[in-house]
Amino acid sequence: MSDTQTRARPRVGLFATCLVDLFRPSVGFAAAKLIEDSGCDVEVPEGQTCCGQPAFNSGDNADAAELARRAIAMLEGYDYVVVPSGSCGGMIREHYPELLAGDREWAPRARHVAARTWELTAFLHEVRGLRIEGVRHDGVVTYHDSCSGLRELGVKAQPRALLAGVAGATLKELPGAETCCGFGGTFCVKYPEVSDKMVSEKAADILATGAGTLLAGDMGCLMNMAGKLKRMAMEQGARPVAVRHVAEVLAGMEQDAPPIGESK
Amino acid sequence: MLATSNEFRANARVGLANPTLQSALGKMKVGFPTKRAEAVAKLPEFDALRDQARDIKNHVLENIDWYLERFERRVTEAGGHVHWARTPEEAREIVLGICRRLGARTVTKGKSMIAEEIGLNAHLEKHAIEPVETDLGEYIIQLRNESPSHIIAPAVHLTKDAIEADFRRAHSHLDARRDLTEPQSLVAEARGILRKRYFEADVGITGANFLVAETGSSVIVTNEGNGDLTQLLPKAHVVLASLEKIVPTLEDASTILRVLARSATGQEMSVYTTFSTGPKRPGDLDGPGEYHVVLLDNGRSALLGTEFQEILRCIRCGACMNHCPVYGAVGGHAYGWVYPGPMGAVLTPSLIGVENAKPLPNASTFCGKCESVCPMRIPLPKMMRHYRAREWERRLGTRVSRLALGAWAWAARRPALYRFAAARAMSALGWLGRRHGSFFNLPLASGWTATREFPAPQGRTFQDLWRERRRAGGGR
Repeated sequence: MSDTQTRARPRVGLFATCLVDLFRPSVGFAAAKLIEDSGCDVEVPEGQTCCGQPAFNSGDNADAAELARRAIAMLEGYDYVVVPSGSCGGMIREHYPELLAGDREWAPRARHVAARTWELTAFLHEVRGLRIEGVRHDGVVTYHDSCSGLRELGVKAQPRALLAGVAGATLKELPGAETCCGFGGTFCVKYPEVSDKMVSEKAADILATGAGTLLAGDMGCLMNMAGKLKRMAMEQGARPVAVRHVAEVLAGMEQDAPPIGESK
Repeated sequence: MLATSNEFRANARVGLANPTLQSALGKMKVGFPTKRAEAVAKLPEFDALRDQARDIKNHVLENIDWYLERFERRVTEAGGHVHWARTPEEAREIVLGICRRLGARTVTKGKSMIAEEIGLNAHLEKHAIEPVETDLGEYIIQLRNESPSHIIAPAVHLTKDAIEADFRRAHSHLDARRDLTEPQSLVAEARGILRKRYFEADVGITGANFLVAETGSSVIVTNEGNGDLTQLLPKAHVVLASLEKIVPTLEDASTILRVLARSATGQEMSVYTTFSTGPKRPGDLDGPGEYHVVLLDNGRSALLGTEFQEILRCIRCGACMNHCPVYGAVGGHAYGWVYPGPMGAVLTPSLIGVENAKPLPNASTFCGKCESVCPMRIPLPKMMRHYRAREWERRLGTRVSRLALGAWAWAARRPALYRFAAARAMSALGWLGRRHGSFFNLPLASGWTATREFPAPQGRTFQDLWRERRRAGGGR
């Protein structure tokens, strides 16, 4: 491949995140398809595990830095690093440079990777100007803005702009879309009662929109909200809501997997 | 005040199960943020003012010794006295000493979080001096023998009905058939009772929102005017303030005032903004005979130069707690000491020691809402994370969480092993969850599954599937 061709199709390293890797590979494939559709070559670097955020947010800076160095070494050769999560994307983009600031060898490498790292929808819309075409989703969808993506990376308009290209889909805005769902990583197991109160209010807001599908860009929040909505449907007869990562809808790959927490 | 911050989780359960609190919080978490958003939308330079306000306090914190000494000189020149208190005990003794010298039997009090921090009311009562709270919210919780649950709205955890019941119980000398259904009638009743107390009081104690170094003035903002009556009528006015309340000039105080009320209640300015400089001068028509400022350190100077210095920019507007989903779920008392919400989650471990407030820096999802609304741009989540790091270093967390995280990080550094274990675990979980799509009960995640389904994995890992498909066809 010549240099010009290489430059024409940037090489993107897809950092799947541990939750997508372990729980929902369909999101990884949807993300890969979207990135390719936007004119890039996608690679999934071997040996991905965790970005280190759970350790970082628990105050275990030594382990977090070790995992950050591993990820940086894995990702620094790509033109872009794309992450289907605002939370893990924020970890790489905002917190790796902070975490490794005192490390003379790794601080510049952390900044190099951070500057090339994008949350998926921000990358597709802002960097690649992707227009979604030939994709259908009939029905009303609503959208939850995950906190890290929203406040660390400014992800708000991008997923909505992309969703506007999906035929048949109507976006009904979620009141309190910017309020935390109560997941918070280890928070949801350390303070389950508080977390449950938060996700209960979120679920009530989601149900009140009347939307049949809830979308967001982070698996942690999605699993939390899907788990609550399903339990409410089981125990209180609440209306079922299909919960999906936004990439699955944008890629037109909904038929590849049932909604989160549902069986085939 | 004895801290129960280490019992946050149990305290939170009590709050979650309290219907009065939940009803009050439901109103609060809509009301305050809506009003703030409206006020901010009307002021295009709001974010620029936040930058200025941050810079003013940063400058003060880098030069605090100089400004404090300047403030002391100006207070003295105006005929007042500055008292330096390293600890809550010293501050209490200074206040008690002033009260005793003046033979005080009752003192009126404006709202002061420093008074809460040093446990002043209990100390005065122990020495047969009656403190009378004059801020309506503080008055209500004094009747209930409670502590404030919010730094600007101390009784925000109560509903109107609960307050009516308290008034009927405490004001039993009044006509039992009186109508107290309207908030206005509750205010009128409290005003009627407090009016006499202002004139009886020997000493008036207030807090301070600012101390102005160039003039030696203390500044309070109130909406009820109670602070003015408290500080003007008695023989002496005692200002309780912590060191970091200092600002260089009146101009600086004005800049910060422009973000304070907007952030707190959505007002452009509070109803009263009162500047006090020294005691009554010859020829003045009114004013206190003595003017004292008690400057409390209580661990603040030890924060200078550390990763926690920025919390000293806090101007106590309450915006962080008004917007915090955790505060909005559990209320202020769950935090177990004087300062609740995100600013409390940083300030409490700073003042009473992280070992006495272990859960507070952890009781956050790091959603970042607090930082996004803080008028002083304090990076609250970052500082909570610094405390988590201190807890990790000192092994203050639970053994279980430490082991679980350690095991996760250990495996995550070993990709081959991680891949092997993950593939098997997800395969098993996926198979177990294949019919229902989720788990009703998972032994290691019972906190989650008590109230939520736990979504089952799809069964294969993304990396395995990707490798397989690439090998099979070079594409998807």
